[in-house]
Amino acid sequence: MATTVETADGRKTKSVQFVEVDDVTIRFAGDSGDGMQLTGTQFTSTTAQVGNDLSTFPDYPSEIRAPSGTLYGVSGFQIHFSSRAIHTPGDRFDTLVAMNPAALKVNLKALHEGGSILVNTDSFDAKNLKLAKYDVSPLDDDTLRGYNVYPVPITTLTAKALEETGLSPKEMARSKNFFALGLLYWMYNRPLEATLAWIQEKFGKKPMVAKANELALKAGYSFGNITEVFSVQYNVRPAKLPAGTYRNVTGNEATALGMVAASVKSGLPGFLGSYPITPATEILQELSRRKNFGFKTFQAEDEIAGVCTAIGAAFGGSLAYTTTSGPGMALKTEAIGLALMVELPLVIINVQRGGPSTGLPTKPEQSDLFQAVMGRNGEAPVPVIAACSPAGCFYGAYEASRIALKYMTPVILLTDGYLANGSEPWLLPDESELADISVPFASNPETFKPYERDDHLSRPWAVPGMAGFEHRIGGLEKQHITGNVSHDPMNHQVMVEMRAKKIAGIADDIDDQTVFGPAEGDLAIVGWGGSYGAIRTAVERLQEENKSVAHIHVRHLNPFPKNLGEMLRRYKQLLIPELNLGQLAFLLRATYLVEPITFNKVQGLPFTPSEIEQKANEILNTL
Amino acid sequence: MSNEEKNTVIDDQIKVLTPKDLASDQDVRWCPGCGDYSMLSQLQRTLPEVGVKKEDIAVVAGIGCSSRFPYYMSTYGFHGIHGRALAIASGLKVSHPNLTVWVATGDGDCLSIGGNHFIHALRRNVDINVMMFNNQIYALTKGQYSPTSLHGQKTKTSPTGVIDHPFNPMLIGLGAEGTFVARSMDRDPKHLKEMMLAMYYHKGTSFIDVLQNCVIFNDGAFDVYTNKETRDDNVIYLEHGKPLVFGKNRDKGIRLDGFRTQVVSLNDYSESDLIVHDTKSKELAFILAHMNDQPGFPLPVGIFLDIERSTYEDELEQHVQSAIEKKGAGTMRSLLYDGQTWDIDNGSN
Ligand SMILES: Cc1ncc(C[n+]2csc(CCOP(=O)(O)OP(=O)(O)O)c2C)c(N)n1
Ligand code: SF4
Ligand SMILES: [Mg+2]
Repeated sequence: MATTVETADGRKTKSVQFVEVDDVTIRFAGDSGDGMQLTGTQFTSTTAQVGNDLSTFPDYPSEIRAPSGTLYGVSGFQIHFSSRAIHTPGDRFDTLVAMNPAALKVNLKALHEGGSILVNTDSFDAKNLKLAKYDVSPLDDDTLRGYNVYPVPITTLTAKALEETGLSPKEMARSKNFFALGLLYWMYNRPLEATLAWIQEKFGKKPMVAKANELALKAGYSFGNITEVFSVQYNVRPAKLPAGTYRNVTGNEATALGMVAASVKSGLPGFLGSYPITPATEILQELSRRKNFGFKTFQAEDEIAGVCTAIGAAFGGSLAYTTTSGPGMALKTEAIGLALMVELPLVIINVQRGGPSTGLPTKPEQSDLFQAVMGRNGEAPVPVIAACSPAGCFYGAYEASRIALKYMTPVILLTDGYLANGSEPWLLPDESELADISVPFASNPETFKPYERDDHLSRPWAVPGMAGFEHRIGGLEKQHITGNVSHDPMNHQVMVEMRAKKIAGIADDIDDQTVFGPAEGDLAIVGWGGSYGAIRTAVERLQEENKSVAHIHVRHLNPFPKNLGEMLRRYKQLLIPELNLGQLAFLLRATYLVEPITFNKVQGLPFTPSEIEQKANEILNTL
Repeated sequence: MSNEEKNTVIDDQIKVLTPKDLASDQDVRWCPGCGDYSMLSQLQRTLPEVGVKKEDIAVVAGIGCSSRFPYYMSTYGFHGIHGRALAIASGLKVSHPNLTVWVATGDGDCLSIGGNHFIHALRRNVDINVMMFNNQIYALTKGQYSPTSLHGQKTKTSPTGVIDHPFNPMLIGLGAEGTFVARSMDRDPKHLKEMMLAMYYHKGTSFIDVLQNCVIFNDGAFDVYTNKETRDDNVIYLEHGKPLVFGKNRDKGIRLDGFRTQVVSLNDYSESDLIVHDTKSKELAFILAHMNDQPGFPLPVGIFLDIERSTYEDELEQHVQSAIEKKGAGTMRSLLYDGQTWDIDNGSN
């Protein structure tokens, strides 16, 4: 389909072609100061509201403002959107927005052959080219041969559009990302309204800034409309998603929402003790602005205080949480042992990042599984749950809270930087769909014994303020039933086994393991956590080729679902892709005596579906 | 709430507690003669006097001999992990502000492994009462030097004398912007109880450094301050509004010479020349805390500083209330549907 529109001077007309596509991946890239995260997030909101399925992934340097123009200072935001259901932010992209030479250089290798590049030519000056280590401008030699290059002087055009505002050139330049966004809205046929409304909301108090961003956005859009260079508009139809109300969430947002939802459902006040650390910080930030839920946040002096204030709050009857990432997890270790000894409910959330030590703070990895399952002194079993998609973080946090309360135990929820910062549309649940949360409050002071157990071995919860239930708890071994300090040898054996049995018994209370694909066959790809999307996409592709491949994604890592062992034996081969050196594989081998093939990636990058597909095909070819 | 108000909150209906009611059924396992006993009995005497209900009292401790304290109280109690008592107590009080929270901690627990939590609790001014049992030794681990052990002190890990310079707990308390900073001694139960009462009524973190004799690993460390022969010449009791007089015959006093303190004889000076203690003066508190750095000066005992500042938990509670006023009390629906949402109709898309 083609339409004819008037050009700027009102005389010439240009013909625009509408092309329907199913699936598009765009990467916005620029300096950390260029506002690419914001541009990406806005494109995402609009795209969500258009009704596409989508998945995003931001990729930014750990320096706040890395020196501008440098290769390591490039900040990127990738969005994959589609008229079909999708699970990943996409391996490679169709369109690259490069706000400077460094952004072009860093990202070019992942652009599809024949893909489109929108460059801000204003930033391709000698200085920036040198910083990006280009001897000759890639716009002038054949570096970009085979791509659709759209050279646009974005900074200049933005300044022109903002002439009437009287802002300084530097101030005007700040709006250039909105120009780029407007242009992309034109190219992908998206409405401006959502972003215009957002600009008003966000910058309402600074009318000049709001005006500038609005003008730049509109100028970008009409630039697409009227210039000859752009002759194709793409259209991606809404996806056939299940009916209902949606919102777009990142994993960290969803985690925060799951925490508050559990507090609301259980009727207990929420408490978060936390110390900022990438990539977990947003959870603390999100919750600190939800005080109208009675949810208290406490920014502690360190991670130890984060978990210990949470333990104090749990003792006081709150639904208590602590959030962190790997290094902070290491600091919390001793206190998690205390929480399991005093048998108080506590949820510990580890948003994993590349390790060990400070490692790769902004890059995803799944290498804290051993730490979660085994990383404490003594026999110290803790339930471990892993979320597998941004929206899935909501259910992970909610389920972890349910188990912590019902079983009076610390529970660890593992997410990772990829899920935490990635986003997807989330079909909002109805309140009635959320599992019940039972709270084992003590009820009879006459018969109350702090360490007496109910039928699933939980002890009663008596909170200061409850008359007649005064008791003492602590990290020293407890006497069975009375809870008094006990050094009795047989009592210790009883208590160690009791705690183990209580946690193992949770297997009776969690969903059975599900499988996507054949219930038996050649190959099952077994994963956990954030690699869900990449594995699922790979398995869908393999199944389309009629290959006998199933996907088993384990959410409960301790205890494992009851049917898991038996399920694993129904396939000729098991492939376990992990962003570590084989931690789930180790646990499954030890627990079920299976012999999986491992596929380990530790590059600070998520899996791509193609990598997994290729590995699976290699295995299938040997069968 | 003012002191008077706090007092009137006593519910007539509740059974009047006796010190005995506050003792748990567990045998107290400190060594005979240990100074820790004194703190336990004074707290058990203090609490019935203020009329707080037993179920509203929580005692939190870290690890150490002194940190066994909660097991011997019949209130709610939490024996935590080494150094973390103040973090646990802060979380408890902030989440549950109507409790009366006491912390029992040692000089190692509080100032070494828990030093970070200590200073941050003080600056936040969470309304908890911190009793530091200062025996200048790690007792539970059987006699290693602590951050308050004296320079040159011989212990199991310093057979040739401690090289570290000791902390002055008063100065840390003041430096960390504590609003109530005091010192007392296990051997002066009357004073100890007076201090505990003042701590209870102080709104904000109350910190007391109690010189506590460990009969096994550091016996006699505070002898000069506690034995009848020497104490009057070596201790000066700080009382708000009173001149700083001390000595067996109450014939000595402290005056200021510029910024320096001076011990003077009341034969040469009159009481009006002496410093008049003022628990509201931060400046004076620092001067007095430094005073016995030099030989020849008595050890000040009593309340160095007692000032008002809003507490962390009160401000947090206010933030919660004003958020509720502004946005309405959160519900599951307002939680989930907050922000930009969109609808997808059945099949039509
Ligand atoms: C993490 C940790 N490190 C070390 C110890 C060993 N430890 C227990 S109590 C203590 C020192 C106790 O000294 P203090 O706090 O002064 O208490 P006191 O026994 O003198 O009353 C030490 C080092 C421990 N329990 N936990
Ligand atoms: S070792 Fe010292 S501090 Fe510990 S109980 Fe005995 S006397 Fe008291
Ligand atoms: Mg000690």
